Amino acid sequence: MSRLLLTGNYAAAYAVRDAEPDVISAYPITPQTPVIEKIADFIDGGELNAKFVRVESEHSAMAALIGAAGVGARTYTATSSQGLFYMYEVIWWASGARLPIVMGVVMRALGPPWSIWSEHTDFYALRDSGWNMLVASSAQEVYDFTLLSYRVAEDTSVLLPTVVGWDAFEVSHTYEPVELVEKSKVKGFLPAKGSWKPPLDAQDPASLGNLAYPEEYIRIRHEMRKATERALGVIEAALKHFSIVSGRQYSFFECRHCEDADTIFVVQGSIYGEVLKAVEELRSEGVKTGVMKLWLYRPFPYKAVSRALEGAKRVVVLARSSVFGSFSPLGADVSSAINLSGGDQKVFDVVLGVGGVDVKSSDIVSIYRMVASGGERTFWWVR
Amino acid sequence: MSNRVEILLSKPVVGAVPAGTWRTERPVVDQSKCTLCGICWLYCPDGVIEITDKGVEIDYEYCKGCGVCAAECPMKAISMVREV
Amino acid sequence: MAHKVFPREEYLLKGHAACPGCGATLLLRHVLKTLGPDTYLVIPACCTSVIAGPHPRSAFKVPVLHIAFAASAAAASGMSEALEKLGKKGNVVVWAGDGGTVDIGLQALSGAAERGNNIIYICYDNEAYMNTGIQKSGSTPYKAWTTTTPTGNPGHKKDVPSIMAAHGIPYVATINPAYPNDIAAKLKKASNMHGLKYIHAFSPCPPGWRYDPALTVKIARLAVETGIWILYEVENGVFRLTGPSARLIEKRNRRPVEEYLKLQGRFSHLSKEDIEAIQSSVDQRWEEIASLVKQ
Repeated sequence: MSRLLLTGNYAAAYAVRDAEPDVISAYPITPQTPVIEKIADFIDGGELNAKFVRVESEHSAMAALIGAAGVGARTYTATSSQGLFYMYEVIWWASGARLPIVMGVVMRALGPPWSIWSEHTDFYALRDSGWNMLVASSAQEVYDFTLLSYRVAEDTSVLLPTVVGWDAFEVSHTYEPVELVEKSKVKGFLPAKGSWKPPLDAQDPASLGNLAYPEEYIRIRHEMRKATERALGVIEAALKHFSIVSGRQYSFFECRHCEDADTIFVVQGSIYGEVLKAVEELRSEGVKTGVMKLWLYRPFPYKAVSRALEGAKRVVVLARSSVFGSFSPLGADVSSAINLSGGDQKVFDVVLGVGGVDVKSSDIVSIYRMVASGGERTFWWVR
Repeated sequence: MSNRVEILLSKPVVGAVPAGTWRTERPVVDQSKCTLCGICWLYCPDGVIEITDKGVEIDYEYCKGCGVCAAECPMKAISMVREV
Repeated sequence: MAHKVFPREEYLLKGHAACPGCGATLLLRHVLKTLGPDTYLVIPACCTSVIAGPHPRSAFKVPVLHIAFAASAAAASGMSEALEKLGKKGNVVVWAGDGGTVDIGLQALSGAAERGNNIIYICYDNEAYMNTGIQKSGSTPYKAWTTTTPTGNPGHKKDVPSIMAAHGIPYVATINPAYPNDIAAKLKKASNMHGLKYIHAFSPCPPGWRYDPALTVKIARLAVETGIWILYEVENGVFRLTGPSARLIEKRNRRPVEEYLKLQGRFSHLSKEDIEAIQSSVDQRWEEIASLVKQ
């Protein structure tokens, strides 16, 4: 088993190499570029036998993969921020067409003003689209979740595209040790090529996307909804299988110090490290806090999340997304989970780290003191 | 637990729409003038014309009555007759 | 005996939802007859998106990928690469309207041409956004009425075949539904070449151009006979007139443009000066062709 020092971006490229896609299509955007550069190296160096369609826009990148997956190819693309939003229309086309495309998103803030730094806003914009969504907070997680994505997307009871998001620079460009999975084990973990029936086949012609009157349209979309419900079980089983293959255990989230916590922080992405530090600092003061690092974002694991948050009085969602006019997407999802379970925990929706602002454990401690003394339920933490 | 992805696919059929109900006039062939040149068949946008040993046969279930066949017939063997 | 010379099999099945007399479906019927069943169609938003019929039925007996408006060339590029990688045979053919080609689709088309993706891109040009109700496109001719140019289009038709030829692709051609032999020859040639083959098709539209549907083929023929629509191909950079267009370099062989214009309601408001302006621009174009052919 190889152990390499890789950035999050390179980890994605290695996972793609190991998953053996047939067609890759991408357009460059900071801070995604090393992903596609590494993939180009693998192809030209003979380590990866894939077609690389160097498209002229992100919209075309996803369109190219829809064309490719439509005839049965395994595919990959990666993008970020502005590029993701240019691609947006076809991202929904991909899930509506039930194609098992896999994508990496380096989570980056949107302009204006121009920013290249870490923020989850771009990633969260996919939350209603039907894509399965995972957040990686380390290079190892980027590698592992990218492999997992193929397993989930191509499952014939799911057949929905899957995206892995990771922080700009903090994860994309930071070197960490990454343990790769042996090629043969990857092959055993992923569905066999050709295990799902492509919609477009000259031997069995059909049209994908004809105009549908309302009664037909809702039936088609309802089937998609049922697939996202099944995806939760498929992801759970896949994670179990992955732990056997790799030795690394994942579930929908990781909880530290949550069992007897009064206050639990819910977070996605790499600021987890600082939050854990703050939790441990507060614990040393006798304050019972805990932290949930959520990996799976869509389908949102309502039951599991609400069970884990059961014992707390306060749930503080730390959302790295600049969204306006409402709770953050993560805050809304966590609130829904609590509501569904009949819980009465007070949810605080705190936005921080916008535009790549470096979040420190001292920020988290200050935030704790604010929510502990009552005060606003939803606010932005701006130093 | 079947995944009904096929629900998304539209299958090839003759008569995707009841096109024949659209027309206000229908082409009528005078077989005595017809030389079986095939030009009506060639230019029919709907492919409702068939040429057999019996002559030109038009599938009125799907003919829209556009009149291209009548306009293009070099023998003027087709006339458009009002139906409504 | 046309029915004995051309393939009999229909891949665009009767009972499709096109308007009576639709030039596009006449073109498509012949394109598919020539290319056969191993054809994957990629269709962006356009009239044909609806012509295919309502789900769960389809008038197409070949696989069809409907795709977002701007994306057809890109989707086709990915598809053709996938078929090659997977070792599956088939022609990937984009069938797009003028709006989805010369305007919103141009970027992706240019990208596919620059990359040399192995696709046949066919633009059926009915000279406006017909599916949405006759609005002006970059392909609408000078002075034509559309709903967004009610007193006549002040702009000029974008010459996309020339733009595509400038990309250095192996094959560019124009086709017209009045000349099915020419269609068959060009599609066959294109299907035997590797790279991006661009085909621009003249597509008369009865409701959009305001004429009796029975005149579709006659109008298509007049477009060529007046020299307004030129049948040509550019094969590996070499320009060649085809079919009846080959005889039309001399002005006296061309019918006056008025014969073509007067049949269409969209040109009924044209003044004498407008018609003369159109005639002289057509003559000008033919002079350029004359010198091109002489080289």
